[in-house]
Amino acid sequence: MNINFTLVAQALAFATLIWFTVKFVWPPLLNAIETRQKEIADGLAAASEGRSALEVAAKKSEVTINEAKQKASEIIGQAEKRASQIVEEAKGNAKVEGDRILAGAKAEIDQEVNRAKEGLRAQVSSLAIAGAEKILRKEIDAKAHSEMLSKLAAEL
Amino acid sequence: MATEHADNAQHAEQALTPSGYIEHHLSFNAHGVNGNVTDQGFWVLHYDTLIMSVALGFLVMGLVWLVARKASAGVPTKAQAFVELVFGFIDDQVKNIFHGNRHSFIAPTALTVFLWVFAMNSMDFLPVDWVAGIVSFFGGAHAKWRAVPTSDINTTFALALAVWFLMIYFSIKVKGLGGWLHELFCSPFGTKIWVWPANFLFNLIEYVSKPLSHSLRLFGNMYAGEVIFLLLGLWAATGVSGTIFGAILGAGWSIFHILIVALQAFIFMMLTVVYLAMAHESH
Repeated sequence: MNINFTLVAQALAFATLIWFTVKFVWPPLLNAIETRQKEIADGLAAASEGRSALEVAAKKSEVTINEAKQKASEIIGQAEKRASQIVEEAKGNAKVEGDRILAGAKAEIDQEVNRAKEGLRAQVSSLAIAGAEKILRKEIDAKAHSEMLSKLAAEL
Repeated sequence: MATEHADNAQHAEQALTPSGYIEHHLSFNAHGVNGNVTDQGFWVLHYDTLIMSVALGFLVMGLVWLVARKASAGVPTKAQAFVELVFGFIDDQVKNIFHGNRHSFIAPTALTVFLWVFAMNSMDFLPVDWVAGIVSFFGGAHAKWRAVPTSDINTTFALALAVWFLMIYFSIKVKGLGGWLHELFCSPFGTKIWVWPANFLFNLIEYVSKPLSHSLRLFGNMYAGEVIFLLLGLWAATGVSGTIFGAILGAGWSIFHILIVALQAFIFMMLTVVYLAMAHESH
């Protein structure tokens, strides 16, 4: 147990070691560790941010898809409605047109029939007159024959 | 442990007595600063203590520096992971005790103290007679060599005194010279003038007891450990059964000593941090 100059020398060695550690050992280690800690923290924050962004995006896409589906079904319904409307319209138009054409045709036919009847009437009377002239040349009984003829004409 | 046979044989040649064996192992490789070996005054250097401690200090801190120099913030190498483990352990301890800017001085100092004292304590694991054998091979049969620098009171006292001066330096730096003197006389009992002597006496005792307990705790543990190894070495020289029991108990004491070596280094580091942290606080 003898205190001597070794004490001073050891204290100097201690001071040198502390200086060395303070200057050269501690700062690079601290820097490396703190940089890594920050990187890890940043990475974790980014990951959780990404996760929440993904959730938001998923929700948004679901909403969009639902909207699109709704819109599509609306459009389909409208189209179906419009199509049946068009068909109904077309049917109605066709019926009206058909009726009109039919009515026109009927009127024309009636007119033709009447015209033919008039023509026939005119021709029948002239034919009858011509026949009568021929008969009269042989046997004239104008009274009886014209009665007969007018009866015939009335039958037409 | 088997080497003790050889060593004992060597000692037997010199007809060494047990007290001579112990005295040989507990003597320093002392040299007077002026070259006078027999000088036992203050101007003496223990070459063994100095060479071992300086070599170990620069070996340990150099190894850490080699890793720290290339420390990357990315994926650490295995060596860097180990150094960071120690770094984190020390940093956590300091963080719990000291609440200022620990990175500028106190935490690196704690790292230095822990690693250096741990390395110096670890020299206790070297079989005492191996060291003596190697040294006597190079320096002659009477060359002395104490391998454990922390079992030299000069080393532990040097460290404790350095911490003591740092304590006073930080006290004055943080509180100012007036604040420090005020604290010397006005705490812990109060500012009334009639308690000044009691306060001063109290603080004086505290300032004396801190470095003494700090240094003597480490010195006592390491010195006692060394002496027990020496006693076991003596026992091993008494015959076959002595060798067997000496070997078994020596192994047991070595294993137990792993705990003491680490624990004493940790305690020394913690006290250093506590004293320096206390110096920063106002009472």
